[in-house]
Amino acid sequence: MKEKTKTAGGQDMNNYEAEVTGAEALLKCLIEEGVDTIFGYPGGAIMPVYDKLLDYSDRLRHILTRHEQGAAHAAQAYAMVTGRPGVCFATSGPGATNLVTGIANAFLDSVPVVFITAQVTSGLIGTDAFQETDILGISTPVTKWNAQVKKAADIPDTIARAFYIARSGRPGPVLVDISKDAQFENLSYSYRKCTYIRSYNPVIPLHIRDIESAAVMINHADKPLILAGHGVILSGAADELKALAEKGGIPVAATLLGLPAFPQRHRLFAGMLGMHGNYAPNVLTNQADLIIAIGMRFDDRVTGNLKKYAPEARIIHIEIDKAEINKNVRVDLEINNDAREVLTALLPLLREKSREKWIREFRILDRVEYEKVIRPETEPGEGEIRMGEVVNTVSDITEGDAVIVTDVGQHQMAVARYYRFSEKSILVTSGGMGTMGFGLPASLGAASGNPGKPVIAFIGDGGFQMTLQELGTIMQYQIPVKIILLNNSFLGMVRQWQEMFFNGRYASTEMVNPDFVALAGAYGIQARSVTRREELSQAVGTMLAAEGPFLVEVAIGREANILPMVEPGASVSEVTLTYR
Amino acid sequence: MKQEYTISLFTEDHIGILSRITLILTRRQINIESITASESAVKGVQMLTMVVTTTPDMVNKVATQIEKLVDVIKVFVHTSPEIICQEIALYKVTSRGLMSGSMIGDLVRKHHARILEVTPEYIVVEKSGNRAEITDLLAVLEPCGVLQFVRSGRIAVTRQVKELNAYLKEMEEAERGGPEKLEVYN
Ligand SMILES: Cc1ncc(C[n+]2csc(CCOP(=O)(O)OP(=O)(O)O)c2C)c(N)n1
Repeated sequence: MKEKTKTAGGQDMNNYEAEVTGAEALLKCLIEEGVDTIFGYPGGAIMPVYDKLLDYSDRLRHILTRHEQGAAHAAQAYAMVTGRPGVCFATSGPGATNLVTGIANAFLDSVPVVFITAQVTSGLIGTDAFQETDILGISTPVTKWNAQVKKAADIPDTIARAFYIARSGRPGPVLVDISKDAQFENLSYSYRKCTYIRSYNPVIPLHIRDIESAAVMINHADKPLILAGHGVILSGAADELKALAEKGGIPVAATLLGLPAFPQRHRLFAGMLGMHGNYAPNVLTNQADLIIAIGMRFDDRVTGNLKKYAPEARIIHIEIDKAEINKNVRVDLEINNDAREVLTALLPLLREKSREKWIREFRILDRVEYEKVIRPETEPGEGEIRMGEVVNTVSDITEGDAVIVTDVGQHQMAVARYYRFSEKSILVTSGGMGTMGFGLPASLGAASGNPGKPVIAFIGDGGFQMTLQELGTIMQYQIPVKIILLNNSFLGMVRQWQEMFFNGRYASTEMVNPDFVALAGAYGIQARSVTRREELSQAVGTMLAAEGPFLVEVAIGREANILPMVEPGASVSEVTLTYR
Repeated sequence: MKQEYTISLFTEDHIGILSRITLILTRRQINIESITASESAVKGVQMLTMVVTTTPDMVNKVATQIEKLVDVIKVFVHTSPEIICQEIALYKVTSRGLMSGSMIGDLVRKHHARILEVTPEYIVVEKSGNRAEITDLLAVLEPCGVLQFVRSGRIAVTRQVKELNAYLKEMEEAERGGPEKLEVYN
């Protein structure tokens, strides 16, 4: 692959294989991988790379966040919106350790992000040199793969591998740690994309016999239920899922990250699963005679008490990561493969059915939930403003055509429950880790991916204050994010647990908050506050019509709860609809 | 029911892979009773042999989690009947104790041990065998005054006929077959 085409005078810089520094080689590799945006933060050890970035600023846009954690979350959100790996830079020592929450978050939610950290000069590694940390050791449990580079010549191959591993199979974050001397050192650059690693084979042959068995099981089931997870979105299988559900008349329930995998206005949409999910899919999980789990991993927030989970059902698990199969739930048929391939092969073998009686059972329970929970939450008419009605208002105005970002807490569950996701929606939220502080940096990362639709971030007053310095990033780059700050002056979700399970003893959950509108103003971001429901839809309209970033703070009832709830230790069918 | 398993696994020579493997076991509270790293019959491929005691369900879970690691080529889990395994032990014993009677002769004959070094102060005995045999010999030597005792991790080869090379070839062929091809199993 090494072609050295020396042109006289070197006019054609692209073909001319000059010696470049490791730092420049890194940037060239990123361009080869289709990268156009990098989130990061400079420091001593990574200065050679930043220096070269100036020369590549026409092809690589660098967004300087205000904290490395913000860069990590932004890179993840960028990946979730564009479908391409996000890229994040940080310097050695504290720069690298500040990434850890963001790396772990991407790891638990299977999002491809390539983290590049700088390391002290190779001769100093292992000596506790200034700003040396063992980021390889620290990041090992939360990366899909990581590697250290101490020679410039190793940079292209290592970066090629990093991208291949991050985006193939079950995607995930990878980290490459590059010593400072390797950034300065020269190499003769050539790049070759990685397509194969002997010890890692993400392409699994499809076993047609298993597909046939699955078809037989589905065709014979009276009460089948599909559980759709993030894997459906990651493998691009939403259309196949819809075709399958429609042909078989099978209701589809979704995990938090799987919500946009199926249009929520569809008559076969059964709702969200799990702790704060919908009533019908939780209750009926335990009546289903067949569960078809697709690209999901039976997280404990989804299953509740495992001993009492889906007792009547046989289980088919379609999952690309073999280690997830039979990990939490014993399954009857495992199909260890890419969701899209499996569903494509399965569709022609399915018998057309309507299963009206089974679907009616969902509608009956939906009615109960609507009367007891949904209506009072989304159309309270009087009293304090509720999170549900704010989300509902945004949902009505945007009609699903938006990138919805959340932070973590009650408002996250309100968004999951009351935003009506469609084929056009993208949801960026922290699922597996539940990382407070994710929302604001994720929203600027999502908007930097130019999704062609508004990016709306719902954030609680607690989580907002974990990463609010990113308002500075939003200001500097005029990133048009629309922030809806749901302010209950409490760490709401923890307060709810204190109320329900700790005798209402509110230990350290009440917050004295700043003037958020003035704070946004200090960053030159337009903002307004809503305290009466009559102002709500107009404020949302103004926010969406505004050119640049905009913040709407909504005063929410201080002690409202998110229901229904599968309480800790309870079975999904024991879901609580009302409290007090 | 917990039982003893020998996990044999083949990895690429990537720095940090051992730490990834042990993390999977420690997260599940599985103690590694012995571990041996060496090269394998295939050039560039490292072999790790670990002994753990756990349930069949758990050993399968951790084995798939280990196999999923990018730099791990293949993981095999074996119970004792499926493998031929040995450990090696060295015993440093006081000469005074060992020279009495016909101990030395007995040792070599009955325990298939070897004498490595004899000095006026100590004698070094080597024995390879399974764990029970090595422990038996330790018990025999104890009255003579054992100054040092050390035992290696387990090394094992499998009784199965298919070798790693064959798996590697299959993996490479599967890759070349491409993702569209349907593999029909009957
Ligand atoms: C980094 C981090 N620390 C702590 C928690 C635990 N936690 C989960 S939800 C929550 C409260 C969030 O409060 P707020 O951001 O105001 O949102 P609300 O629940 O009120 O909508 C806390 C503290 C967490 N998820 N992440």
